[in-house]
Amino acid sequence: MQQVIRDKALSLLEAGKVDRVLAWKEGEFFYDQTPHVFKTAEEINRSLVYNGFSAANLSKYLVKETLKDGMIAVFLKPCDTYSFSQLLKEHRIPREKVWAVGIPCDGKLDIDRIRKAGLRGITSIREDGDRLSVSTIYGEKTVAKSDALAERCENCKSRKHIVYDELIGSEGEALDSGRFDAVEALEKMSPEERFAFWQKELSRCIRCNACRNACPACTCEKCVFDNPASGIESKAPASSFEEQNFHIIRAFHVVGRCTDCGECSRVCPQSIPLHLINRKFIKDINEFYGTYQAGENPDERAPLTNFDKDDMEPADAFRKGE
Amino acid sequence: MQRIGVFVCWCGSNIAATVDVKAVAEALGKEPGVVFFEDYQYMCSEEGQNKIKNAIKDYALTGAVICSCSPRMHENTFRKAAAAAGINSFMVEIANIREQCSWIHKDKVSATEKAIVLGRAAIAKLHLNAPLTAGESPVVKRALVIGGGIAGIQTALDIADAGFEVDIVEKKPTIGGKMSQIDKTFPTLDCAACILTPKMVDVAQSEKIRIFAYSEVEAVKGFVGNFNVSIRKKARYVDEVKCTGCGLCTEKCPQKKVPNDFNLGLDQKRAIYIPFAQAVPKIATIDADYCTMLKTGKCGVCSKVCTAGAIDYKQKDTVLEEQYGAIVVATGFNPIELTKYDEFAYSQSPDVITSLEFERITNAAGPTGGTLLRPSDGTHPHKIVFVQCVGSREDGNGCGKTYCSKICCMYTAKHAMLTREKYPDTEVYVFYIDVRTPGKNFDEFYRRAVEEYGVHYIKGMVGKVSPENGKLMVRASDLIEGKQLLIDADLVVLAAAIEPDKSARPLATMLTASMDTNDFFTEAHPKLRPVESPTAGIFLSGCCQGPKDIPETVAQASACAAKVIGLLNKDKLTCNACVAHPDEMLCNGCSTCEKVCPYGAITYESKEFRMPDRTTRIRRVASVNPAVCQGCGACTVACPSGAMDLHGFSNRQIMAEVDAICK
Repeated sequence: MQQVIRDKALSLLEAGKVDRVLAWKEGEFFYDQTPHVFKTAEEINRSLVYNGFSAANLSKYLVKETLKDGMIAVFLKPCDTYSFSQLLKEHRIPREKVWAVGIPCDGKLDIDRIRKAGLRGITSIREDGDRLSVSTIYGEKTVAKSDALAERCENCKSRKHIVYDELIGSEGEALDSGRFDAVEALEKMSPEERFAFWQKELSRCIRCNACRNACPACTCEKCVFDNPASGIESKAPASSFEEQNFHIIRAFHVVGRCTDCGECSRVCPQSIPLHLINRKFIKDINEFYGTYQAGENPDERAPLTNFDKDDMEPADAFRKGE
Repeated sequence: MQRIGVFVCWCGSNIAATVDVKAVAEALGKEPGVVFFEDYQYMCSEEGQNKIKNAIKDYALTGAVICSCSPRMHENTFRKAAAAAGINSFMVEIANIREQCSWIHKDKVSATEKAIVLGRAAIAKLHLNAPLTAGESPVVKRALVIGGGIAGIQTALDIADAGFEVDIVEKKPTIGGKMSQIDKTFPTLDCAACILTPKMVDVAQSEKIRIFAYSEVEAVKGFVGNFNVSIRKKARYVDEVKCTGCGLCTEKCPQKKVPNDFNLGLDQKRAIYIPFAQAVPKIATIDADYCTMLKTGKCGVCSKVCTAGAIDYKQKDTVLEEQYGAIVVATGFNPIELTKYDEFAYSQSPDVITSLEFERITNAAGPTGGTLLRPSDGTHPHKIVFVQCVGSREDGNGCGKTYCSKICCMYTAKHAMLTREKYPDTEVYVFYIDVRTPGKNFDEFYRRAVEEYGVHYIKGMVGKVSPENGKLMVRASDLIEGKQLLIDADLVVLAAAIEPDKSARPLATMLTASMDTNDFFTEAHPKLRPVESPTAGIFLSGCCQGPKDIPETVAQASACAAKVIGLLNKDKLTCNACVAHPDEMLCNGCSTCEKVCPYGAITYESKEFRMPDRTTRIRRVASVNPAVCQGCGACTVACPSGAMDLHGFSNRQIMAEVDAICK
């Protein structure tokens, strides 16, 4: 697949169809890839990669990249097209400056999960159908791919590409995932248990802002957390749990726009399951206003910015939370 | 730094009895920026206002905090006083220490403490106030009346009489409403049609009034003085211009088995029909649910007999877009469904009827030609039982209404009296909880029914009605005699409670007009502004606001018209000064605010910006039309980046208030 994508990038560049190509580049470690804008064929041949660790959702980077002159090509996995579609809807990306290439995805890998399976000193990983061949300094090992998938890919919501100019591979479909199971488990907890759960998780937050910086819904011209006039910028936390406010505010800011791409949890260096907060909101919206997935339908109005005569009365929503 | 004056009002003993006003004034006097404080018995009085004006001049105040009643009462008074003293009227903040403090607390110590906190919040907000100027917006000199019953008719006629254009939207094929179904009217017993139809003709003939019958309001946008309304004209399948109303089609139509809703289903009509002889507009309508031609494509009789060529089977709904300065709601009422009242056997026997059905049976234009006959076998009933308060004045736990439907006592007395008058051989019983007859000549009317006409009024409720051998066995208790009764009645008439028309709830949503729990529209003030909705430009006429009889409805309809005329008479309205405005540098151009704006006040434009990094960028940013913005603040909370803010209620001001309260 990597070669197919390299060839596609090269042909687009050579044909003059685009001036730049947004894709993945190998980072310091083989599992640590970074989004990169390729401008030359040489650069593409040298360092454009696509494999189980090409996880980053590239759609967000188009906001800044399309401010520049010229066309840019981008490779989008199915879930990335939801974010791309949502950003188009919010007028954050000029559609005419982007050549979107939909690419297939059968799940991305989570290096931490592989390590947790007991593998140490990993030097490279090769995908072999549903098995992974893992080279370690202690020798060759194999592990089932299903045991190495990232959480968001285990609960993949869709293999369908929402928006694209051309598609590599065939079109998939939206899936019936169990992505709300973990939210349901949280809902079943008593308020005290739930508070303790989040206190444990969010107290680990070091407020590195990685979740915000990776989130494709967080594209504000100026983030409220960077805006001195907002009154909530750079206040020193009084306790380690105070960063909950940051995460709660951020979740409210992306509510109804979050496409559940899972980037927040993926980039969190403290492995906080941040996606659960957003999924709770998505689940609530589904239950209150009917099923809605941000990014899925470019013309549909989001329930929270729309008013329908059949909308649930706020009092009923409140009672449901009791 | 502002120079703030604090003025604490006693409101006689309304505030001063529960709040230590002197302590409040002194405590607030210590707040930063406060250079003057005072308390006085009635700040709203001439003398109180002078105190404010003098202090503004003597102490060079830049703003004033008035601790008094709700801003709904006297904010304007104090704003005008401030303006008269030379400062901008928006430099006045009200701390509501009456409705939100003294009236709801008993303990003086804690109430005083709370009053200080409320005053402190107002001071914190005032520190961030800036002078504002209100713009002006023009008034569209045309009114919309929704509902063509007697309320809508009277309001429309009065508005038209003052020289303004009025449109009536009526969902039925004709105007006239419930009054057109009624036989006689209490307490004078004049024929309803005789007094209603001349008004309907007046409406039809008025050059100022347009009737959109068989139409419904589909969407309402805009605001007082400038409403944009979409009206759906449902397909009648008859050309309104060509149809002469001759009625030939309604006689020849072979589909005869259509329930006649005008007669409440007591008889049948044809699939093409004119509801009644005096219908306005007198145009035939095809019932698409029953028309053979529309269902199967085979028939076309009406089209063949119509000499005017008015039948148009291909007619489609059309949607009109119209502008109005004011909207009158006159959506009226309906009797409640009685399916849940099985104890009265309404769904078991055709001889158990509602009072409105009784009206149709006794109406000369009704299914029996005005002869009182039982629906089951067409015989004369010799014993009639009237049951009052069916579904009214219930405890709220059942299927009925908690309120009194108000009109039932009088029309039941009317029915009983008319029955005895026309059919003296008929025994009439009326079961009641109380007989309520407040109204001019009302009690006299009821007493005539009892004393002159010998109607048996029995205090007590009917427990059960059971059809047995062609009779209706009525089991009831007589509370005064203290005994159980068993009456073998021929006909039972239920005075069903009335409720607002089902179209009212979705309409209220469209109009952003408030309703009570019973779906009656609420007034701007229950005593002092009874015909206006709290939503500016929306007026209330008739039973949509609460149960009413005809005289009351007409009086309210005319009052409503007077209010509409007062509005339409103005050339310009002062706009709201507290409007939204975007910080363009923060705006993402995402259109969220545009989508949530209920007034269509927000548009987007592409503008060139010099960015902080010294580049130039074309950015898509929000732009608010201040003449259209009503300051509701929906955009400010929806804006993800916090770019949208509201003059007079900025996010910073609100946060400052919260901080001051939590200090």
